[in-house]
Amino acid sequence: MRTVLLLGGALCARLAAAQVDPSLLVTPAADTTRAGRLNMDATYDRPFLTFDQVPVSLGGYVEAKGEHLGTDGVSEGLSFALQRMTLFVASSIHRRISFLSEVELEEGGREVAIEFAALDLRLHPLCVLRGGIIMNPIGAFNQNHDGPKWEFTDRPLEAVALLPATWSNVGFGAYGKQAVGAWTFGYEAYLTNGFDASIVNNPQDRTFLPAAKENPERFTESFNGVPLFTGKVAVRHRNIGEIGLSTMGGVYNKFQEDGLRLDRRRRVDVLAVDANSTIRSWGTTLVGEWAWVFVDVPATFTQQYGSRQHGGFLDIVQPVLRPRIADLDQAVISVACRLEYVDHNVGTFRETGGRIGDEVWAVVPAISFRPTPGTVLRVNYRHQRTRDLLGNPPAVTGGIQFGVASYF
Amino acid sequence: MRPSFLFVVAALSLACSRLEPAAPADDALLDGPVDGLSGEERARFLRGDVAFNDAVFHAGNGLGPLFVATRCGSCHAGDGPGHPFSTLVRFGQADAGGNLYLGQGGPQLQHRALPGIVPEAVPAGAPSARFLPPLNTGLGFIDAVPDADILAWADPDDADGDGISGRPNRVPRKGYSPPRPGDSEADGLVIGRYGRKASAYDLLQQTASAYNQDIGVVSVFEPVDPYTHEEQDPEIATGTVHDVVFYLRTLKAPIQRNSDDPEVREGARVFEAVGCAKCHRPSFTTGDAPIAALAHRTFSPYTDLLLHDMGPGLDDGYTEGIATSAEWRTPALWGLGLFPDSQGGQYFLLHDGRAHSIEAAIALHGGEGRAARDAFLALSPAQHDRLLTFLRSL
Repeated sequence: MRTVLLLGGALCARLAAAQVDPSLLVTPAADTTRAGRLNMDATYDRPFLTFDQVPVSLGGYVEAKGEHLGTDGVSEGLSFALQRMTLFVASSIHRRISFLSEVELEEGGREVAIEFAALDLRLHPLCVLRGGIIMNPIGAFNQNHDGPKWEFTDRPLEAVALLPATWSNVGFGAYGKQAVGAWTFGYEAYLTNGFDASIVNNPQDRTFLPAAKENPERFTESFNGVPLFTGKVAVRHRNIGEIGLSTMGGVYNKFQEDGLRLDRRRRVDVLAVDANSTIRSWGTTLVGEWAWVFVDVPATFTQQYGSRQHGGFLDIVQPVLRPRIADLDQAVISVACRLEYVDHNVGTFRETGGRIGDEVWAVVPAISFRPTPGTVLRVNYRHQRTRDLLGNPPAVTGGIQFGVASYF
Repeated sequence: MRPSFLFVVAALSLACSRLEPAAPADDALLDGPVDGLSGEERARFLRGDVAFNDAVFHAGNGLGPLFVATRCGSCHAGDGPGHPFSTLVRFGQADAGGNLYLGQGGPQLQHRALPGIVPEAVPAGAPSARFLPPLNTGLGFIDAVPDADILAWADPDDADGDGISGRPNRVPRKGYSPPRPGDSEADGLVIGRYGRKASAYDLLQQTASAYNQDIGVVSVFEPVDPYTHEEQDPEIATGTVHDVVFYLRTLKAPIQRNSDDPEVREGARVFEAVGCAKCHRPSFTTGDAPIAALAHRTFSPYTDLLLHDMGPGLDDGYTEGIATSAEWRTPALWGLGLFPDSQGGQYFLLHDGRAHSIEAAIALHGGEGRAARDAFLALSPAQHDRLLTFLRSL
């Protein structure tokens, strides 16, 4: 009995110590190519718990918010939400073979999704083969989307209302990276399952790429047998920053079934540019992304569903104070602002030649407090204007959002 | 819980509310419920509001396959009038003899279709007209006007010799529409109140037909699919249709703005003087109504709910009910000043939106409206401006 108590006490002491200082167990994932980090490395560039003699690393993050928003005088009151809890499992099977998975529980567990579950075979720094459920590298946010990395409670509109972040599919491809002096070059290219016809036929009443996320069958079979290509190139200079160009395209409609031709092949194509930089003298960080969407919508369908869309965001983050609070020696308070815009339907009405509306823009000033780099408490004020299809006076939404996000 | 904590929560909540956008003034919006609804009626209004404005139809829940719009609200943004994007085309009837093209897609063209389906086209030689969706506000008040009051204003033979001979349109009552107490029937036909030609008897007919002809959704009321021309299982719950009818019935009447402004008052006098009010009747009083908030209320729609011959310029060759192709139901002018907020910042007036300003709409009046048009064109610049100020205040 005494032995059992001693063992139990020792275990409790060990756990207590871990709770007091969890960083003792946390090690950042190794940079797989030993070159400068790009957005494409975000999947592995996360804190993981590692254990001696065990080739598996664990990690995750949690993100919750509260908000008090209203639109045109109609308040939604105060509301809280557990936006998502994500679990990572990484494994080094061999020094050239690794596996990482990311399982996300959104909306309190109502939605469970495998966002990433891929095996990497590193033949050469410029040739790493990847297969499984991958995050299509369109823009930067889709891959670099962890809540604790951002100063804002909500994801950018461009990432969730224009592009379908987080957008994952089953497929195969390759990526690579090479550093030369202060420069780092990276590329990614994948063939995956892709979109379906719901992108132009959905409850949003607009062309809406995220509608395809509602189809879980994309993880088991292609909607039309034509793969979606996603490719990206990125360049980073150590002192300047990173810029990435990416594209994604494929056929979204079911043009034939059982050998019968139903329609012609209709494509969806996306082009995105992303960039980030830090002004070292001020510590100011700039992160931005812009995407263009092109969809072949049948002319006999309704113009409610646009054939062109675009939008983007720019985040400006300025650390202003590094307070001395207990032993939080990396604590920092920042002010930030996000500017964002999405035009869901670029074009003019056939009937009048007038400009089609269906657009939204927002300004989101923010204050964040990071007691440690992997934990953020943030308060945002959202001012958003949403204009309907006809271009009528916009609905104005505003209010306070606050939340917390942390790796664990 | 400590009172101080509750105080802090209340104070924070109030502070957050202050950071939210203020509501526009009631008279700046066309939508919103009539005053005096009970809590239960307000809840039903909200259900109808969601079904009307938010429920989107798509391939997965009944849209089309032939259609004009994907939801009710896309034709009536903010419950105001439509935009050329949502303009309807109807075809097949040239006179009171009825529609000769019902077997060829009539009376309404569905010019949009789901991918892979070929939309309709107007058959060669068929008479047709374009119809801009009208505004929705105050429809319940119009519903509650007794037939006798409509007929009292009619003057089909121009007995008073003023050149204006309004008469009601008469249409068959659909079997699913309950009769209205005090209905005036003639030759088995009842008075139509809604639509550009006043061809819809009540809001249930208007709503069920719109779901069917505009969105391609069949209901227990209109079970024949416009594409297959076959009866199908309902694609919308009967209760939802009734909720939408309730919503339309209980939308408030537009509230006039600046009614005490001397310019507006003088403009109202000019409106009477030039003869506009002979058709654009300033007020009605409702009779009994199943919803207490609508009963025995005086309201100002600026329509007499009657048909008037508007001359060859507005005669598109198509008609409905017993109306001639040149006859149109006097459009209500209430809410006129707010129309651009529903029409993308500009005016689309008259039955097909061809007039892009109030002046242009008046200038296109012919037939029974010609005398008033000529009087308008002869106004002094000051009177002209006052009249427009009055019209924009509605």
